[in-house]
Amino acid sequence: MRSSRQPVNLVVLCLAAITALFFIFPLTGLIFRTPWSSMGSVITSKTSTDALRLSLIASLSTTALALCFGFPLAWLLARGRFPGKTLLRGLCTLPMVLPPVVGGIALLLAYGRRGLIGEPLNHAFGISLPFSLPGVIVAEAFVAMPFFVITLESGLRSMNTKLEDAARSLGASRWTVFRRVTLPLIWPSLAAGGVLTWSRALGEFGATITFAGNLPGVTQTAPLAIYVSQSSNMLPEAIGLSLVLVLVSLTVMIVTRDRSST
Amino acid sequence: MSGYRGMAARWLRALCLAVLTAVVVACGSSGPSSSASSGKPSGTVIVLAAASLKGAFDKIGKDFELAHPGTTVKFSYGGSSSLATSIKQGVSADVFASANTANMDTVSGDKMTEGTPKIFVRNKLEIVTEAGNPHHIKSVSDLAEPSIKVAVCAPAVPCGAYSSQVFKKAGVTVKPVSEETSVTGVVTKVSLGEADAGVVYVTDVKAGGSKVGGVPIPAKDNVVADYPIARLTDAPNKAGASSFVSYVLSAKGQQVLASYGFMPAASH
Repeated sequence: MRSSRQPVNLVVLCLAAITALFFIFPLTGLIFRTPWSSMGSVITSKTSTDALRLSLIASLSTTALALCFGFPLAWLLARGRFPGKTLLRGLCTLPMVLPPVVGGIALLLAYGRRGLIGEPLNHAFGISLPFSLPGVIVAEAFVAMPFFVITLESGLRSMNTKLEDAARSLGASRWTVFRRVTLPLIWPSLAAGGVLTWSRALGEFGATITFAGNLPGVTQTAPLAIYVSQSSNMLPEAIGLSLVLVLVSLTVMIVTRDRSST
Repeated sequence: MSGYRGMAARWLRALCLAVLTAVVVACGSSGPSSSASSGKPSGTVIVLAAASLKGAFDKIGKDFELAHPGTTVKFSYGGSSSLATSIKQGVSADVFASANTANMDTVSGDKMTEGTPKIFVRNKLEIVTEAGNPHHIKSVSDLAEPSIKVAVCAPAVPCGAYSSQVFKKAGVTVKPVSEETSVTGVVTKVSLGEADAGVVYVTDVKAGGSKVGGVPIPAKDNVVADYPIARLTDAPNKAGASSFVSYVLSAKGQQVLASYGFMPAASH
């Protein structure tokens, strides 16, 4: 099947154009309604800078957590052979399809002050996750980490394991094989998973507000600040902060997409 | 190969047609719900109402549908400020019932309500605690204790604005652990035990049932919340909107509101 230079079907073109416009119009609307004159004061206000700082810290921490804890899980799911693997994968990636608010309630019931694990934790160490920055990170990790696990798992599955065997047969240690063969091969999916997780964490709203609450300077991330502004007759503030999030996410998406594929 | 392409193209054309048909049908079906602008109410009445009205308005909606066969009342509950924003952004609705006059004023100030909004009910604040009040909270000043985790509504939400007035009147500084975006958020945090106490409406404590407890706030520190209601200027169903507003103001509507803990608009 040679299909490299076929003219694109008109119907395909029309549908593709409709879909593209469907995505582009809302962004245009946002830019069109941006209060450019007051943009400076909106972005530099205490609420905005606090929210952006918290968003950055929490989303980067989530990505770091995904690297430390999501990697081993992806490895186990890709390489391990044990009964109930499909069920385990299903359970660990469930937050991807769950409404985030449901995730937030589930987190409260597990890690909240009266939660299954949260209560003993609180008694033993006085640790209480809700209403704190660690709580925000837990909520974001719960929702965003599955994207890392699933992306990395498929990367590990689709790589050619014969190359690892070859390296090992030539006397390379397991660590050398991992570092010199496996890691370079799965690098694209590692990067893609990391970016997906980071951007999902950056946009996380439902689980965060349900589990970690909303307090400016403590748990109010950018999406929460945007929601509060838009629901308080402060639409210009909401649009200003939204635009910052859009620009940051768009830049990261384009840059990493260029690096990892095409 | 050409066979494959041909089939794919046919499928796509069919899909296009299906999408177009769906769009046309969807547009068409929303038309007839609006009825004539005067006379007997019929069709669908869309009511945007403050979250704190949910229980009472659900009941009033059912009663109204029974009293006026052929009508359907649909409610969209949310924070009053959020609802005001969506009205100003052009959402299609018939009636707006707000938990404070400030948010109603932003809507009526833009000439988006028909006539002057009417105060239909009043509410006041109360401290909500976990069932049994395990932290022995007795007054507003107890909420200033650093060991007590307090959840309040965000300052922009009516109940949040009222709460800060209460704290000011009582002369206490409360450092909340969370500023929830709706009054229901506060009740949830308290009933799950995440927060020790919160400040909500009397009606929310009543709606919380056995899962929460209430500590009254004395009249000298308390704030009375006026709830205004109005028909929207661009209401698609003007007759339905008007008769729903009158029904809420009627003795029957007021009776339902009272049973949910609201105070009548007449007394102050």
